[in-house]
Amino acid sequence: MPNASSNGATAGDRAVIEAVLVRHGGDAVRLMQILREVQEELGWLSPATLTAIADGTGLPRARVEGVAGFYHFFHTEPLGRYRVLWSDNITDRMLGSSDLMARMCKKLWLKPGQVSEDQLVSVDTTSCTGMCDQGPALLVNYRPVTRMTAERVDQIVDLIRRKIPLDDWPAEFFAVEDNIRRRDALLDGGLAPGDALRALRSPQETLDAIKASGLRGRGGAGFSTGQKWEFCRNAVGSGANPAHYVVCNADEGEPGTFKDRVLLSSCADLVFEGMTVAGYVVGARKGLVYLRGEYRYLLEPLNAALERRRAANLLGKSILGRIGFDFDIEIHMGAGAYVCGEETALLESLEGKRGVPRKRPPFPVTNGFLGQPTAVNNVETLASAALIAVRGAAWYKAIGTAKSSGTKLLSVSGDCARPGIYEYPYGVKVEQVLADCGARDTQACQIAGASGLCVAPAEFKRRIAFEDIPTGGSFMIFDNSRDMFAVARNFAHFFVDESCGFCTPCRVGTTLLKNAMDKINDGHGGEYDINDIWRIIRTLKTASHCGLGQTAGNCVADTLQKFRPSYELRLNVHDFEPAFDLDKALSKMREVTGRDDPGAHFHIAHRKSKSGIGTKAGDPA
Amino acid sequence: MSNGQDGKSFFLDDEEIPFEDGQTIIQAALSAGKYIPHLCYHPEFKPHGSCKLCTVRIDSRTITTEDGQTVKIPGRAAASCTTPAQDGQHVESETPELLDLRRTLVQMLLVEGNHYCPSCEKSGKCMLQGLGYDLGVMSPHFPQYFSKREVDASHPDILLDFNRCILCELCVRASAEVDKKNVFSLSGRGNTKHLICNSESGLLGDTNIAATDKAANVCPVGVILHKRHGFEVPYGQRRFDRAPISDNPVQYAPVKEQV
Repeated sequence: MPNASSNGATAGDRAVIEAVLVRHGGDAVRLMQILREVQEELGWLSPATLTAIADGTGLPRARVEGVAGFYHFFHTEPLGRYRVLWSDNITDRMLGSSDLMARMCKKLWLKPGQVSEDQLVSVDTTSCTGMCDQGPALLVNYRPVTRMTAERVDQIVDLIRRKIPLDDWPAEFFAVEDNIRRRDALLDGGLAPGDALRALRSPQETLDAIKASGLRGRGGAGFSTGQKWEFCRNAVGSGANPAHYVVCNADEGEPGTFKDRVLLSSCADLVFEGMTVAGYVVGARKGLVYLRGEYRYLLEPLNAALERRRAANLLGKSILGRIGFDFDIEIHMGAGAYVCGEETALLESLEGKRGVPRKRPPFPVTNGFLGQPTAVNNVETLASAALIAVRGAAWYKAIGTAKSSGTKLLSVSGDCARPGIYEYPYGVKVEQVLADCGARDTQACQIAGASGLCVAPAEFKRRIAFEDIPTGGSFMIFDNSRDMFAVARNFAHFFVDESCGFCTPCRVGTTLLKNAMDKINDGHGGEYDINDIWRIIRTLKTASHCGLGQTAGNCVADTLQKFRPSYELRLNVHDFEPAFDLDKALSKMREVTGRDDPGAHFHIAHRKSKSGIGTKAGDPA
Repeated sequence: MSNGQDGKSFFLDDEEIPFEDGQTIIQAALSAGKYIPHLCYHPEFKPHGSCKLCTVRIDSRTITTEDGQTVKIPGRAAASCTTPAQDGQHVESETPELLDLRRTLVQMLLVEGNHYCPSCEKSGKCMLQGLGYDLGVMSPHFPQYFSKREVDASHPDILLDFNRCILCELCVRASAEVDKKNVFSLSGRGNTKHLICNSESGLLGDTNIAATDKAANVCPVGVILHKRHGFEVPYGQRRFDRAPISDNPVQYAPVKEQV
């Protein structure tokens, strides 16, 4: 490691760290924000920096290092002045991201994951950045660049080589479109800031309205929002600082989802208003937005919106003149961890810890943020709650189906003419969505993301609803030209990157599943490996600690059942071939000795030798 | 078998197990002399449920379908170390499904790390090895990771061999809860998750751990070893040579506090 650890932090570094620590009062709960802000200034988190932060927060140093090491967007080694991360969702790949990234690496003389020798730049992949409707996308120093083309790659390489600061890059690179294609009750809500708060009656009446509306969580799990708020409201705070909290889950990490990004870009007031309504009902004075690290670019506009609301007395003390109605909102940035979308992992992260899901019970409604009663709701749920506060329960209940009231925002991406946001009343058929977005020759839809359901054409008459196909909003389309094995393999890789590693089945199982898919992809797979895959999926489903692990095998299971031919194509081995490639293991030795003659190779009799490729003189028959 | 103080009990594989309020399933089972396999559970520390070896099924049901067939609806799977016992609950542990699951989990741990039992000082008293034998794990089955892990010999009295770490966090918990030193923590995530030491150099020698600390004596496998001690017990007389790991559950049971 160059110029790092032993020298300690420089005086300049120490001043930066000190300023950030002072800004956050050295509060260990705010560790995530402290780490991010220090890194934004210093570029990376050196061992000396971590020591200084540990000293300043009173945390054990290893705890600080453990948190820094958990999140993708914190670096404990220098990764260059420009850190380029290509979104590696399947939809980005379908738009050509792999070739474009290879082009960028070639032009920069880089291998993916490596830092250039002059410490200028590194290029790597990251999980879905939520720009699937305008990909291929990437992040440069955590700012999104959309609609990548070969030309744009060349321009960016040039800008990086010339060390042009990001602020001086062409603004159109950073343009993020809303692409709202269909509006319904929510996006057409037409509320002005404060409307929902002016409409509030007593907390109990508001709670009754939310319950009567049938509103259910939009993050995917579909728990009754009214019930959640009621449990939270009835729970009693404990300890020295009893309180209730409202948390908005804006850690929109499910591959293929981007509707929360659009809501926060264009309807932030509605979301904040929903949080305020929730705070009013459960008796919270503080709300926290957990914003995913990929949406860092939204932080300043959202903070500006909060300022406007404070100025208009829609936040703060005695909101709209109601004595005792105090509520304020703070935005907390995540740092690249899909698992933090799981509400208890999110709470851990909010408390400045590693994003590891808690054991439940107790549930967040009684023991949430800092152990206090906490209502954790999805962005879209909160926006819908604000709408219900104004329009009433009966109006809302009339939309959608009997068991799923209201509307759902779908993030549509993949093979269609018009990707973007589509809002429908619940109960819309899959085929309707496909027709509206201009999808043709559709082979499959992956609904609800990598952990969701892979739907084949025979099921296109099924409906988006809690009672049929529930979804957090991800809707990825694959036409007949696509290889569903490749889709499943992409998701298998995703779960390896995103498993928190807490429990054995998920930490190891996701990797074993990925390895098995890779082995099949490389042409070494047989029926033995398919059996192994089922065994791994069973283990993941039964024993994993949280939903991430339990659902990590879904897509492989679905595609194995519905798109078996895409696997068969690759099953070249009759039954079993070892994954361990002895000849490949010798490659390091060949590199060291500079030999590549037949004697430096080891051959096992596999299909290559059968077809005559790779056989060398002297091989045993 | 007598009931717990509150007269509450549940059924573990159809055997009645008494428990007291606040006890988890594994605590009650071990106290009653019924073994449930486990690695990350330790009676002296707060259970956290990461290894999942102690997974059980709770309240499976048998229903009769319209055409007269009986179908078993499997109950929910849960880690018995973190699940509170409840009165009248039916808990399954020694079913073929769960035994197979546990074998798979042991195999997963075996391929994730580098476990070479014949040369390991912990052989014969290693919980992972003991469980493997007890569950009938005949091979690691899955392809080995062959992950590259370091050895830390910087401390005068303690050696760390990360090759064998199963990430049970017992040392982390012992150091935080008992020793109050926070010598160990975890960093990385997913398959890069690893144990770290509380020093800027990352070396154990630069921490304040002592060989007498709880954290230095709690490792269920062969990561945290005492220097100048090795292979002191002859083969055939080692802990799990004498009796299988499942033979004496009470040794893992929580010590009853005097009221």
